[in-house]
Amino acid sequence: MNKHFLGDTAVLLGRSLRHIVRSPDTIITTVVTPIAMLLLFVYVLGGAISTGTASYVNYLVPGILIITIASGISYTAYRLFQDLQGGIFERFQSMPIARAAVLWAHVLTSLVANVISLVVVLLVALVMGFRSGTGVLGWLAVAGILVLFTLALTWLAVIPGLTANSVDGASGFAYPLIFLPFISSAFVPTASMPGPVRAFAENQPVTSIVNTLRALFAEQPVGSGIWTALAWCAGILVVAVAFALRTYRRRIS
Amino acid sequence: MSTSSTPGPVPEPPIHVRGLEKSYKELRVLRGVDLDVARGSIFALLGSNGAGKTTVVRILSTLLKADAGSARVNGFDVATQGADVRESISLTGQFAAVDEILTGRENLVMVARLRHLKNTGAIADDLLSRFSLTEAGARRVGTYSGGMRRRLDIAMSLIGDPPVIFLDEPTTGLDPQARIEVWQAVRKLAEGGTTVLLTTQYLDEAEQLADRIAILHEGRIIVDGTLDELKRLLPPAKVEYVEKQPTLEDVFLALVGTATKGEQR
Repeated sequence: MNKHFLGDTAVLLGRSLRHIVRSPDTIITTVVTPIAMLLLFVYVLGGAISTGTASYVNYLVPGILIITIASGISYTAYRLFQDLQGGIFERFQSMPIARAAVLWAHVLTSLVANVISLVVVLLVALVMGFRSGTGVLGWLAVAGILVLFTLALTWLAVIPGLTANSVDGASGFAYPLIFLPFISSAFVPTASMPGPVRAFAENQPVTSIVNTLRALFAEQPVGSGIWTALAWCAGILVVAVAFALRTYRRRIS
Repeated sequence: MSTSSTPGPVPEPPIHVRGLEKSYKELRVLRGVDLDVARGSIFALLGSNGAGKTTVVRILSTLLKADAGSARVNGFDVATQGADVRESISLTGQFAAVDEILTGRENLVMVARLRHLKNTGAIADDLLSRFSLTEAGARRVGTYSGGMRRRLDIAMSLIGDPPVIFLDEPTTGLDPQARIEVWQAVRKLAEGGTTVLLTTQYLDEAEQLADRIAILHEGRIIVDGTLDELKRLLPPAKVEYVEKQPTLEDVFLALVGTATKGEQR
């Protein structure tokens, strides 16, 4: 049965990508919030925030990229939920296909859609004055972390996609994820926060990821922070995949 | 209709169910269902809402595991040979399982590719013409009427010529013309040798289509026979009700006027 896994995944990936091409609003609504925040923080609030760096755009971009991913992955839950509601999920499950292909197609679709969204947001940031002198290796490291983080959150999104009872439930789970960057070093340095908030901010995944991306963009040493960031991404990924597959198996048996 | 079970040394029927049981928590939905469906015949599983018809179909199409009993489809055990069962069947669920954002043709091509067939474009075009969807083939399914969706849905189930097809309430929510279109499609299927198990809550649908009818009630098959056999069992009052329904439909069709009606009578 698994001999068809790659072929079946490709067919189903082609299907979901057509959805994105035909309703590009999924990309537009994904990038609207991050771009609005970019504009708001750079041109309105940023002047009053002292980050100790010369350019606030450069300070802000890593956090905005994280917010882009957090809002983008909720579409995975949405699309999965729609498939379950519409009955096409059951059609696929009753066909002689590799059953895991149905999930993988959605995960890869999320990856493609998020990469497009990230590129759009980065282009807007460039127009607004974002600059990075980092080389090919630096960009590869940035891309690697963003892809890993996208995969981790996408698998997390698979769980509500499979279990939600309503569209709102399927996509609503992402809101806390979008707000997590606010209590991190994404917008302001954590040193300005009061004790308990600061303790939370410095020990949640977004801060280590944002700090690592920022260091990579600024060509500064990433230190041990990159291992913390990678450990968070890998940890979330492993746990999310395990829970998602368990939920999936329960759903199809 | 066609070859109903002839006596003699026949192999196991393509759908063979014994003692099927299934509970959802405290609710015992199936309490020992037995049924056999002969090759190339249309078998209607009648029952009211919640009688367990869909549960039977979901177990037979490997979407759900039974608690007890055995079920074999095309000679394969649904519990242990799921992949072989899925090679042998197609399921058309209660809601048209079509992709609304893709076109009709793209839906067909997708299913053909998922069944690992060659010449997927030719298969799609052939089915579009068989189901009178050629003109609509390039349009997104989101723009289709209920009847067109259902026809596409059934067309998708035919890809790869599976020997057994499950139709779960294929005409629920359809207007009378669309129902007749679906009936015609189902009849053609059985004429081609496909074994069809359909569930319905419409008595006239079973009457129109089925070679054999079983009534599922409170988790058990309480009657199983041909229409004539069943008619002898049912109290006259119910027969009267059955006769009334098509009359209203005839009135409706006569007033609305339809070409499909002429073709099928």
